[in-house]
Amino acid sequence: MLGWTLREVSAALKQGQITPTELCQKCLSLIRKTKFLNAYITVSEEVALKQAEESEKRYKEGQSLGDLDGIPISVKDNFSTSGIETTCASNMLKGYIPPYNATVVQKLLDQGAVLMGKTNLDEFAMGALGSDTGGSTRNPAAHCGLVGFKPSYGLVSRHGLIPLVNSMDVPGILTRCVDDTAIVLDVLAGHDPKDSTTVQDPVKPLMPSSLTDVSKLCIGIPKEYLVPELSSEVRSVWSKAADLFESEGAKVIEVSLPHTCYSIVCYHVLCTAEVASNMARFDGLEYGHRCDTNVSTEAMYATTRREGFNDVVRGRILSGNFFLLKENYENYFIKAQKVRRLIANDFVNVFNSGVDVLLTPTTLSEAVPYLEFIKEDNRTRSAQDDIFTQAVNMAGLPAVNIPVALSHQGLPVGLQFIGPAFCDKQVLTVAKWFEKQVQFPVIQLELMEDHSSVLNNEKLPSVSL
Amino acid sequence: MSVQASPTLFMAMAAAAAAAARSDDITRARVSRRDARTYYGGWKEMWALVMWRGLRAIPSGRRLFTSREAPQGGRVTAEVIEHLERLALVDFGSREAVERLEKAIAFADRLRGVDTDGVEPMESVLEDRCLYLRSDNVAEGNCAEELLQNSQRVVEEYFVAPPGNISFPKLGEQEPFSHG
Repeated sequence: MLGWTLREVSAALKQGQITPTELCQKCLSLIRKTKFLNAYITVSEEVALKQAEESEKRYKEGQSLGDLDGIPISVKDNFSTSGIETTCASNMLKGYIPPYNATVVQKLLDQGAVLMGKTNLDEFAMGALGSDTGGSTRNPAAHCGLVGFKPSYGLVSRHGLIPLVNSMDVPGILTRCVDDTAIVLDVLAGHDPKDSTTVQDPVKPLMPSSLTDVSKLCIGIPKEYLVPELSSEVRSVWSKAADLFESEGAKVIEVSLPHTCYSIVCYHVLCTAEVASNMARFDGLEYGHRCDTNVSTEAMYATTRREGFNDVVRGRILSGNFFLLKENYENYFIKAQKVRRLIANDFVNVFNSGVDVLLTPTTLSEAVPYLEFIKEDNRTRSAQDDIFTQAVNMAGLPAVNIPVALSHQGLPVGLQFIGPAFCDKQVLTVAKWFEKQVQFPVIQLELMEDHSSVLNNEKLPSVSL
Repeated sequence: MSVQASPTLFMAMAAAAAAAARSDDITRARVSRRDARTYYGGWKEMWALVMWRGLRAIPSGRRLFTSREAPQGGRVTAEVIEHLERLALVDFGSREAVERLEKAIAFADRLRGVDTDGVEPMESVLEDRCLYLRSDNVAEGNCAEELLQNSQRVVEEYFVAPPGNISFPKLGEQEPFSHG
């Protein structure tokens, strides 16, 4: 049951095979069993059960709100949730309870979704696995065998999403299959008067069509993405995917995105600059952590911020401020903005030349074991892992990770499709066709029951995702 | 490497590996030896050629997404450190933090390699669209109580701050690298 798609679960709820409360209890039970993973910062058990009860009532009266009614969802802890602690995994916001819901959260709740809790992240979403500002809906999706979708910038509201980089942040969607993503996207997409960076175009339905004939499709393979650091398994999977499209009649061609090698550097400058600005609001006065010192305002701010932010966040704030200094502004910040245009133009040129969709790897390799992961510092790690996903955020394009195969170690490997701006439906359509060809195995959650009892006996370091 | 690889290519790879080991940007250059041979025809040919060219480009460091160049930026002066700490109201806290900034600057310096003559800075990908402006009517508000609830120190409807006319001590006047 927990491995089913959204549509399957929704159908089961409608037919009364399972009630929303039973489903909610099952999820809560699994959350308890997997507590050692530290995936949830806050489990909103009472709220979830209450919402499940309300959903159950609606189903009994034949008044379900739609496909999402009664469906358990979890929301990353940088989205504001009314009455539920929202921390961004930072000391700075420990105990912060927003008085409002982020627009995307509100939209899901309005459709009857059941909020299980707030999930963990790198502090303020600044790690290699952060929010989809640099790829961290797609990267974790690739490592965990899920569909991870990044909508076009401006399609989905950011109101209530605690910002990291305003010009690149986008709420991302993680589901088991492309259809499920489309169901959620249809609910979330659209202009929000509370977010002036959402476009005002009327929203058309985004459910992908079922493609049977790919012969009119042109797939682009960016040559700059073929880097030596790419693992042989991912390279092989990428090559086979291209073969597959070609054998089914699609046109598969090499394309060039010449400024790819500068995207991480460009992102590094723009991100730290925007972060320096966005983190300035955390001064301990209106919300969040406040230190005990009371000597002066400036001293209070400084101590609060030292106590509230970890090294990574502080490092980025300081770097950002450096790049924004009067003497550096032109050479670093403006320069990076110019390079950003070049990167965005690379994509525009490729799509204007007749390419419908780009096919690229999502990550360099399968997930790296924790002990190996912590050997590198954060910036190096981000620099390496985001190479395929980062440029997409700079250009504001839609992109999706589709799980393809398991590596020799049994870990998932995925591939990414990138489309032109606001061609989200097109990207999902191609992705859906590909997903059907690939038939990635459904994750067997029931097996986890055996492992949790073994691992609970060991002392695991707490891992923040 | 494929059997057709030249000695120059091997030397380049060895030099790169040595440089990589020295540099802080450590990347794992796992190169499959079979790849240059396996792919051929159309975009597959490209595959083999790019692998070849990419590896030959290693010494220059520019075509790969991570450079093997050691950090070049000069040391950040005490003056700059103090200035940044005051602006950011965040302290460095340690020698490592200063080094991290120096590395970040060196990393950012790679942007100099891009020719941006005649290129306008891009602030937003939605630059061609008009910003949405709603009508200037009061639609919500009156939630002072809710907002005040989140603060640690309030008096009636005020957020309470310590005295604001005492300036933050200069670097020389406080303990260097006070701990967090």
